[in-house]
Amino acid sequence: HRILTYYTVNLLKLNFNANPIGVDDVKNEKQKKKISRFYLDSQATTMIDPRVFDKMIPYMTYVYGNSHSRNHFFGWESENAVEEARENIIRLINGKNNKEIIFTSGATESNNLAIIGICTYYNNINKNKNHIITSQIEHKCILQSCRYLQTKGFEVTYLKPNQKGIIELEDIKKNIKPNTILASFIFVNNEIGVIQDIKNIGKMCKENQILFHTDASQAIGKVPIDVQEMNIDLMSISAHKIYGPKGIGALFIKRKKPNIRLNAMMHGGGQERGMRSGTLPTHLIVGLGEAIQLCSREMERDNKKLIFFFNYVKQYLSKNLDYIIFNGCQINRYHGNLNISFLFVEGESLLMSLNDIALSSGSACTSNTLEPSYVLRSIGVSEDIAHTSIRIGFNRFTTFFEVQKLCVDLVNSVKRLRSISPLYEMELEKNNSSSDTLQFVWT
Amino acid sequence: MAASSRAQVLDLYRAMLRESKRFSSYNYRTYAVRRIRDAFRENKNVKDPVEIQTLVNKAKRDLEVIRRQMDSRSVAQAGVHNLSSLQPVPPRFKQFSYLSLLISWDYRRPPSHLANFCIFSRDGVSLY
Repeated sequence: HRILTYYTVNLLKLNFNANPIGVDDVKNEKQKKKISRFYLDSQATTMIDPRVFDKMIPYMTYVYGNSHSRNHFFGWESENAVEEARENIIRLINGKNNKEIIFTSGATESNNLAIIGICTYYNNINKNKNHIITSQIEHKCILQSCRYLQTKGFEVTYLKPNQKGIIELEDIKKNIKPNTILASFIFVNNEIGVIQDIKNIGKMCKENQILFHTDASQAIGKVPIDVQEMNIDLMSISAHKIYGPKGIGALFIKRKKPNIRLNAMMHGGGQERGMRSGTLPTHLIVGLGEAIQLCSREMERDNKKLIFFFNYVKQYLSKNLDYIIFNGCQINRYHGNLNISFLFVEGESLLMSLNDIALSSGSACTSNTLEPSYVLRSIGVSEDIAHTSIRIGFNRFTTFFEVQKLCVDLVNSVKRLRSISPLYEMELEKNNSSSDTLQFVWT
Repeated sequence: MAASSRAQVLDLYRAMLRESKRFSSYNYRTYAVRRIRDAFRENKNVKDPVEIQTLVNKAKRDLEVIRRQMDSRSVAQAGVHNLSSLQPVPPRFKQFSYLSLLISWDYRRPPSHLANFCIFSRDGVSLY
């Protein structure tokens, strides 16, 4: 009862019943007192949209044919559903042909197939072609794929982004060589939400006749993508980041002259034109197709709300807390992702204190060590500050009430943790005196 | 005709809001209510009867979607009960047996009535 009163009092101070102009939200959400969990880690995964689930249901029950069964109605109706999903994806990204979409088990498989499949194929044809350009802030699956290729004799250039998290075009241009096969840059970074200059990168790759791959798992359905205008040759897609089911993704492979070829990693019945064998999970593909179609309709509405939440949280935290840093470029970004460093407060401890809000920290626990985020380290964030970072992910279903509660809880938790932080105390003393303070080393 | 269309639209609106408020998940519930209100507000000035009928038909389909979510949630809860305990199924859940009541999801034609659709789900309540 005390906790409820505490929240109510604080939220009343925020005038939480106000309906912000231009943001769809309900006044007097009567059920809000029954909420005990808030999900704000949308970069990890998202909940399935009920409309997506509804579309999938028949394909988990009545429509069970194998989409590659060519001789009977059961196969044909599954095949039709799969082709409809392909069509939905192609329409969203302005592709030209359904055959440009290969379904996979997710963006990780798509990234592996794009990087390893493409590079090994072209290296087999011409042994001199063995260079890949990527960045230090790519998703782990891209980096690990590149590392695997390095063990096989490939040369990989990992470009360092600037402090805003943007890869400079000049750096890419300097590192393109005659033996470069492929450039791979993530569209929207999963940790800091920064959007790369994909259009100009694509143009540069086209001029230099190298293939351009982008990991768009955090971008598709959230920011406009036009594969023709952006000269994207390969693109990885994930369903569960856009309110679809887990376990399904796709790889876009542009049809152009000369044809883009790759070595398959899954061998078997020759499905997906031999590029990815295995029986297609019709229900998951239908879910992906429906999720994509919903995103094309709801993108503008969702983004309007996310921009409002993003700005609200930034303004609230800046007003009520000092020593905070917003990581990554604040303009060229996806506004559903907010990465903040709260100095003098350890990120994992902050997450533990916010025990009813699901968030993510900027560091990854590895065995007995606490490693800071490599993405934050790449953009120049020092190790001690990287340890203090948390990532907030808004989604289509996030409400203004949840955002306000997040702000209130964050401020209170940070203040509480700082009150027992010797580093913060020392910083305050330093500000009040002229002498130098001791520097602590985390590792 | 215009008066009955208006009444039909208002009934549909109220039915959709009523059904949406039955979602047990806070996020689904609030999103559905917001989305329905926004959609009806956006189209409140549509005058073309053909377009109105198209929108009404779409809203009816969406209403069926919401109702199916409610039915599948009930059986999902029964499924969790069956899987998690060795005790007999409570009487009120017996009707939601997958084998005996997997009916009426006729995807080949638009549903003309409330589709009583039942599935098992291991995830049960946590799905929503």
